[in-house]
Amino acid sequence: MSPAGQSASGQLAPTPHDPDERGHFGRWGGRYMPEALIAAVDELAAFYEKARIDPDFLAEFARLLKDYAGRPSLLTEAKKFSRHAGGARIFLKREDLNHTGSHKINNVLGQALLTKRMGKKRVIAETGAGQHGVATATACALMDLDCVVYMGEVDTERQALNVARMRLLGAEVIPVKTGSRTLKDAINEALRDWVANVDDTHYLLGTAAGPHPFPVLVRDFHRIIGIEARAQILEQIDRLPDVVAACVGGGSNAIGIFHGFIDDPSVRLVGLEPGGDGIDTDRHGATLTMGTPGSLHGAMSYVMQDEDGQINEAHSISAGLDYPGVGPEHAHLKDLGRAEYRPVTDAEAMEAFALLSRTEGIIPAIESSHALAGAMALGKELGEEAVILVNLSGRGDKDMDTAVKWFGLGVEGESR
Amino acid sequence: MSRLAPMFEQCRAENRAALIGYLPAGYPTLDGSKDLLRVMVDSGCDLLEIGLPFSDPVMDGPTIQVAAEQALRGGFRVRDLFGVVESVAAAGGRAMVMSYWNPILRYGVDAFARDLAAAGGLGLITPDLVPDEAEEWIAASEAHDLDRVFLVAPSSSEERIDLTSRSSRGFLYATSVMGVTGARDVVSNLAPELVARVREHTDIPVGVGLGVRSGAQAAELAAFADGVIVGSAFVTVAADGADAVRALAEDLATGVRSAVAPA
Repeated sequence: MSPAGQSASGQLAPTPHDPDERGHFGRWGGRYMPEALIAAVDELAAFYEKARIDPDFLAEFARLLKDYAGRPSLLTEAKKFSRHAGGARIFLKREDLNHTGSHKINNVLGQALLTKRMGKKRVIAETGAGQHGVATATACALMDLDCVVYMGEVDTERQALNVARMRLLGAEVIPVKTGSRTLKDAINEALRDWVANVDDTHYLLGTAAGPHPFPVLVRDFHRIIGIEARAQILEQIDRLPDVVAACVGGGSNAIGIFHGFIDDPSVRLVGLEPGGDGIDTDRHGATLTMGTPGSLHGAMSYVMQDEDGQINEAHSISAGLDYPGVGPEHAHLKDLGRAEYRPVTDAEAMEAFALLSRTEGIIPAIESSHALAGAMALGKELGEEAVILVNLSGRGDKDMDTAVKWFGLGVEGESR
Repeated sequence: MSRLAPMFEQCRAENRAALIGYLPAGYPTLDGSKDLLRVMVDSGCDLLEIGLPFSDPVMDGPTIQVAAEQALRGGFRVRDLFGVVESVAAAGGRAMVMSYWNPILRYGVDAFARDLAAAGGLGLITPDLVPDEAEEWIAASEAHDLDRVFLVAPSSSEERIDLTSRSSRGFLYATSVMGVTGARDVVSNLAPELVARVREHTDIPVGVGLGVRSGAQAAELAAFADGVIVGSAFVTVAADGADAVRALAEDLATGVRSAVAPA
């Protein structure tokens, strides 16, 4: 087994960074949710606490990651892209090469296994860009689980191909027409479904947010990203990176890779948030940069809200980052100063999207392009001695409609 | 001592359940909500639950979602809530507020309790705050002498029913079904069982809600509950005006006085 393969079985082990037993990371996290669902999250927490130290569960999960998802994912140096990042060495953790095209598969395989252990037959999920929905539909097809995916109507239009993928995989996709008709409303609708069907249904939450134990278990299922990346970069250049950069919407890919380096004080952890039209406008989703403390979807964290505590709509060119909340552990890492968070505008992300495509032949997801844009800025700040590890959380095939419109790539008459 | 104790004592003396009616503040308009709440006071609601419209009401079905959206689109602000509470008190009614937690957190928990008490409100129902996370609210409600109503559900364990009833003051809200708010045709058979389980832990009054829309259903619930809570049905008829609201309240008020043994 490769070093990364060996450590896969340790990825769920308890860490010194775990929350207290009620799910609090410092003043964040916890359970701000209806009593009717407390029994379900208690049950999930109990099953997870057993599973995370159960050799059979760990072996089955490791086998799925290796033989089904295609792990370990590669670590690729982006030598030509580096010229656009002040000459700093840029390494890409290639989550785009996983089955279904993003990091999301790690979490869904773990939670689908837990669903089987709990004896539940039906899975519900929310999705923004469709990556989590596709990954969930995939795991459900593999494991014979009924699957219903809630997706904001705006997002079903932005990501029509992913809707078709989910349906092909056997999932029912329900467009959500309430509220802002994006990711937050899809989560609301999934929670409403869950409270009515909790006996036989698991809510397969797609990010490291929500009530305890979701922030911990989603993080843990993604810790493999950081475990592999740390071993790979040591193998390739025999040193740790200066910076680990990842995009943050809810924050699952970021928390997964950050944890591989959280105990390496020399490594800066930088989360890149969707800055939309700019944080000086009201059209962005930079929750950690501009938000205020609040309770949304089951946890205390930073939230985009008005002075009355009404939740604002987030705005981002990336449907997968278009969320007005963020996982509570990120709020805690911000408080501690262990991680820093910066906004990246739509325009900066799209520039990075095109640059990586042209310099390296890798079309990144627009979500991940936020991390690339952050790396370009950090590289210019730090210079060519610096080593920056970017979590390339997904591939950009799903974003071609957006790219056609943004860059005018269509045939004549269709470009903007 | 609970602010609602006299009401439940009176109802017990009259051998009936209390009728608890819900309407969101600001629906259909700010003044319209005050008018309709007054009608509900006059036509037999013992207690009014005034909803605070919220952008992300995860425990509510379509009826209350749409009403909350309309109130917010109409310009409803949290500070307007206290005027609505005052108007119920001025009409001789009893008012509590039902709100998701985030707007209260944002307002400031102690400041909210202070302003609610000053407006004549008797307490707060918190559908997405469990006692485990309620330390600040428990302190604020004690400081301002407000009742606090937590919810129990058919899925609640004995331990959680115990914790929740010990943490509540005024009454305990038992959700009769596993699901979101919305009128239903049949009263859930989970409700009597849940109330019976609750009674083993506490003698605090128990209100039952979710799905009630008729006097006949209210009569079924009144056989085993201390309070019958009606929300979506009032929101639905609010669109038809004061006469429709009055007719529903009178039907329900008759129902809570005609307890029948559950079928």
